Amino acid sequence: MFGKIYALIVKEFITILQDTKTRIVLISPPIIQLFIFAFAATLDVENVTIGVLNQDYGLQSSELIKRFEGSRTFSKVKFFNSHKQIQENIDNQKVLMVIHIDDNFSKNLLSHKKAKVQLLLDGRKSNSAQIVLGYASKIIDQYNSDLAKELGFKPADTIVIPRNWFNPNLIYKWFTVPGLVAILTLVITVVITSLSIARERELGTFEQLLVSPMKPIEILIGKTVPAIVLGMFEGTLILCAAIFIFRVPFTGSLLALYFSMFLFVLSIIGIGLFLSSICKTQQQALLSVFVFMSPAVIMSGFATPIENMPYIFQLSTIVNPLRYFIVIVRGIFLKELPFVEILKNIYPIALIAVFNLTLATWFFRKRIE
Amino acid sequence: MPLVEIKNVTKTFGKGKIVALNNISCEFLSGELIAIAGPDGTGKTTLMRTMAALLKPDSGAISIDGNDTIKDSQSIHKIISYMPQKFGLYEDLTVLQNLNLYADLQGLNSEDKKSVFDSLLDFTDLKNFQKRLAGKLSGGMKQKLGLACTLLRKPKLLILDEPTVGVDPISRRELWKMIYALKKDNITVVFSTAYLDEAEKADKTMLIHESSILYFGKPSNLLSPLENRVFLIKNITTNRREVLKNASKDPDIIDTVVQGNAIRVVLQKNENSFNLKKLCPGDDSKLEKVKPRFEDAFFDVMQSKDKKVSPLEELLHPFEKSEAALVEAKNLTKQFDHFTAADDITFSVKGGEVFGLLGPNGAGKSTTFKMLCGLLKPTKGTADVANYSLLNAPSLARRKIGYMAQKFSLYENMTAYQNLRFFSGIYSVKNQKEAIDKMIEVFSLHDYVNINAAKLPLGFKQRLALACAIMHQPRVIFLDEPTSGVDPSTRREFWGHINAMVEKGASIVITTHFMDEAEYCDRIALINKGKLIRIDTPDNLKAAVKSDAIPFPSLEDAFIELSKQENEEKNK
Amino acid sequence: MKKKINRIKALIRKEFFQIIRDPSSILIAGIFPLILLVIYGYGISLDMNNLKIGLIIEDTSDDAISLKRSFINSRFFHIYESNDEKKLVEDLIAFKLHGIVKIPFYFSYYMQRPDLKGPVFVASDGSSPNTASFVQNYSLGAWQNFLAQKMVSSGSPPIPNVEAAPRFWYNEELNSRYFLVPGSIAIIMTLIGTLLTALVVAREWERGTIESIMTTPITIKEFLIAKMISYFCLGLGSMIFSTALAILMFGLPFRGSFFVLSIVSSVFLIVALGVGLLISTLSKNQFIASQISIVSGFLPAFMLSGFIFEISSMPVLIRAITTIIPAKYMVSALQTLFLVGTVKRLILVNVSVMLALAFILFVIIFLKSRKRLD
Repeated sequence: MFGKIYALIVKEFITILQDTKTRIVLISPPIIQLFIFAFAATLDVENVTIGVLNQDYGLQSSELIKRFEGSRTFSKVKFFNSHKQIQENIDNQKVLMVIHIDDNFSKNLLSHKKAKVQLLLDGRKSNSAQIVLGYASKIIDQYNSDLAKELGFKPADTIVIPRNWFNPNLIYKWFTVPGLVAILTLVITVVITSLSIARERELGTFEQLLVSPMKPIEILIGKTVPAIVLGMFEGTLILCAAIFIFRVPFTGSLLALYFSMFLFVLSIIGIGLFLSSICKTQQQALLSVFVFMSPAVIMSGFATPIENMPYIFQLSTIVNPLRYFIVIVRGIFLKELPFVEILKNIYPIALIAVFNLTLATWFFRKRIE
Repeated sequence: MPLVEIKNVTKTFGKGKIVALNNISCEFLSGELIAIAGPDGTGKTTLMRTMAALLKPDSGAISIDGNDTIKDSQSIHKIISYMPQKFGLYEDLTVLQNLNLYADLQGLNSEDKKSVFDSLLDFTDLKNFQKRLAGKLSGGMKQKLGLACTLLRKPKLLILDEPTVGVDPISRRELWKMIYALKKDNITVVFSTAYLDEAEKADKTMLIHESSILYFGKPSNLLSPLENRVFLIKNITTNRREVLKNASKDPDIIDTVVQGNAIRVVLQKNENSFNLKKLCPGDDSKLEKVKPRFEDAFFDVMQSKDKKVSPLEELLHPFEKSEAALVEAKNLTKQFDHFTAADDITFSVKGGEVFGLLGPNGAGKSTTFKMLCGLLKPTKGTADVANYSLLNAPSLARRKIGYMAQKFSLYENMTAYQNLRFFSGIYSVKNQKEAIDKMIEVFSLHDYVNINAAKLPLGFKQRLALACAIMHQPRVIFLDEPTSGVDPSTRREFWGHINAMVEKGASIVITTHFMDEAEYCDRIALINKGKLIRIDTPDNLKAAVKSDAIPFPSLEDAFIELSKQENEEKNK
Repeated sequence: MKKKINRIKALIRKEFFQIIRDPSSILIAGIFPLILLVIYGYGISLDMNNLKIGLIIEDTSDDAISLKRSFINSRFFHIYESNDEKKLVEDLIAFKLHGIVKIPFYFSYYMQRPDLKGPVFVASDGSSPNTASFVQNYSLGAWQNFLAQKMVSSGSPPIPNVEAAPRFWYNEELNSRYFLVPGSIAIIMTLIGTLLTALVVAREWERGTIESIMTTPITIKEFLIAKMISYFCLGLGSMIFSTALAILMFGLPFRGSFFVLSIVSSVFLIVALGVGLLISTLSKNQFIASQISIVSGFLPAFMLSGFIFEISSMPVLIRAITTIIPAKYMVSALQTLFLVGTVKRLILVNVSVMLALAFILFVIIFLKSRKRLD
């Protein structure tokens, strides 16, 4: 029995690696996605252009504005003369935020009163706007405490000390790239598995296999082993890219990561097999993978937190192995995730794996007969 | 003035690497029926497409009614109609919708539409199927519809690329009636075919071999030199296949092939200098002169010199003799939802026998075949191979089966060696390396061992596919349309191998819609519309329909007549 | 001329029959967009309204309690008070908490000292930087409230300070759905315009139906126009459906003009169709066409259009690439039309760029399309 499976595995590897179509799918999307995601996918806000309408003539207002000009986040500061310009620039998305200082500003400060500063933000980009607001608030805070000291007032006697654990500089790549380890492993594994059977059907060699003495289960093993190997290989590649190219710190146990990766790959092979059994051509298989994987990826907690989702959607993520694996990967990279927590996330993956594989095997058998 | 002038046309692909057409020149007149014949891959489709102004020749020119295909393609598309190999029908549209589409594309007026549609639907006998989706039509009906779409406006030139492939014989006759009828409208019809016998029906035939013209002219002119050189050796009392073997070794014989119970031979010279006895056919045997056919002419022109006996001869161990049936089909039935693909089919095949399932596409022979191989589960009935039930002991049964799928299902991205290794692996062949080396030896694959299967010449692909199928020395070999589209010499070689295996006691089951190939079988099962019409030897089947109207019936005649009789029986 | 129109009409008619009967059209133009809309409309959200924060308060002074109260009162936080710091840290590691606020026992003591300040530690889970920023920002906000309260209740003279009064134009409630849904509409149109079109034309090449059509008097321009019109209608239809869904079901405001929306969508569709047709003309193979469409159409629309990820934060090279991505202009126009209104210059600029892109694409397509198979 093993001889037969071995022959099939060898054949699978050769055809996968030599088939141009599969090669394209294996190489280009991961590389493109890795680089685009890593560099483009950032919720950070940098290089922001802001506008300023300063109707005050005092020193204080220009001092405050200088602080904004000096900040790294606000790369360009545009000066406006009228409300109309504010409206125009925000509407046309030329600036993300406008600081409007009225003519009572310095007067109020000098007479020890509160001086209001209007911050007008483009709500169309509410996420970025909020982050920009945060930066602006910090600048204003600093100004306030400096001003108080200058005017001889006792500065605030309390202070907030922020500590960003695991990622002190809040480098966004440290968040996305580990997620990519999970996602790209998923994509490669599912694509290889689903293409493998569809390709044979399309070329006509599937019948040849069915006519041979190979039992359905042997065929399944022969087809899935290469997918497992290649999926984990892909995961390893991205892992290395994460550590060596993107310099994401790796604090946890490599062994635990690989163990989880293995179970994860097993859990998604079932999906690939299932898709492969119902698709007659490689192109159909590719499309099905795309249509069904995209929602799974979007809702996996990869970019947006699961707890923000409505309850029903959160429930649906319970059967999504990607959700758990992302938690594990991020945890092992950045948080030295303790074994107990890893286990808590592994057992759903294992359950899903068992379920998927059993279902896929049953379905595959049915289809063959 | 000829309607079509083809002058020195050369067409290559892949930056000159693949030569599809090599300096082709010829002329077609108005109203002529021209056949372009040759095996797959010789350039027929390329020639069709270049004529239709869909491809640009690398050098040379084609002009149709004075219009050059490169410069005046728009004008050409107003005066020609083209039916490509894959029908060109929109499967998601109904018959009527397809007709409407092409009518509009060809610029038919709405007033003309009704009358044209009526006459075409009559002509093609599709009046009752107007609302059916084109994808749900049978193969024959699709071809007829395709032809109708090309005739919506009377073209000057009609180009048909393999119009009768896979079509049932009755539909094929109807298609030919339709095509002949076009001559009276002075339409020039150019059609391509891989069946050399169809080429004989034309006014002029072009034989293409390896991208060059082998012959162009009247069929009779090609055949006349062979007038007294083609014979049937009848009443063979010794082993027919032995005689065949001897004949293939004989230098006086250009070509030899099995035809029913007789052996057909093409002699180098006339019969006077030929001594029949040296072939050991038995004392009662005699030579009977027959009309030459195109295939004979092919060999005459080719004069190929490799006359080897299949080396499988020495390689295979003979199987133990047994009179028991090696393949047994009992009441095999397969139902898909509401459609019965195969209905109560029963037959058995002995060791050392070549058994054919003959019928058009969609007849149910592929379904029956698949049930015999274990690819489909029968709804009713059983299929046993080499005494193992495919249902209860599939793995054991399959070890005794060799299978060669249509169009050779090899792994195109793997080298010949890797393919051999794979197949020997999954069949658990003992002494794998030795077995592989022997196959390479037997089939002369040395030069191709490290070349991707996709790049092998067609003949070597066939050898490789056969090697992969028999490496585990199966007792029963299933061949699905094994020689469709190959050139005659490749086909001869293939049958040489098959015969060698049969001599050792293996059973061969083949499916084919190619009537001539059926002649090589010991017995044939005629299958049509899911039912088994009759099982008998080719000669008996032909004899059964011999009548005054058909004094020399072919297998095709036998098929048509026997199907008709079966239908009448049913309706009584 | 009439014959030309008849031919085009005939092809469009055929196209519609095929669309209805083809499962991949239904999948790509019907099911998948619906899934996307639901996910973006209901499923995902970047709104951080429910941050789980653990609170350890070791000091019992009034100030400490007042500070605690301002955290509890923050509408963004859900506070879990506890004495067990170890457990809270475990929870933070285990992704159960987004942050931990600790007011140490020496808080008020440090406050008394002139050279020291009472510290309040806010630890956030940096593994999710976006969330962490919000935790810090909102904490700062809570602290500022505490300060303001303190000043009021202590009766001491007000310290002059600058108070920021933020106003979020066009999306007061900071509903992330308001920018996600318009973005998803752009993606849906890309799917239909680029992926489906590329697939369908590549399929005709593969199945050989193009072969027989090309030998009729139809010109290649007419063929392409017919395809375009068919999928244009489909795309526009899906746009109308998605917009209706966005307004009626997801409650998005629509402050612009529907007329302008149609124009903008039409131009975008033309560009998307151009990309799709170009891909299928060059690849002639369904598998490759779908691959390229996904990588060059869908992915950029998703990642590089600016609808989730801010373009200005991307590296220079990638920013340069985004200038030729039509989805970028479409997303900006859509978000504006929904949330702001008809901002003439913005819309004009976006439409002009898209028109330019369309022009270039179609020039290439017509140059590359011949009525030939080679």
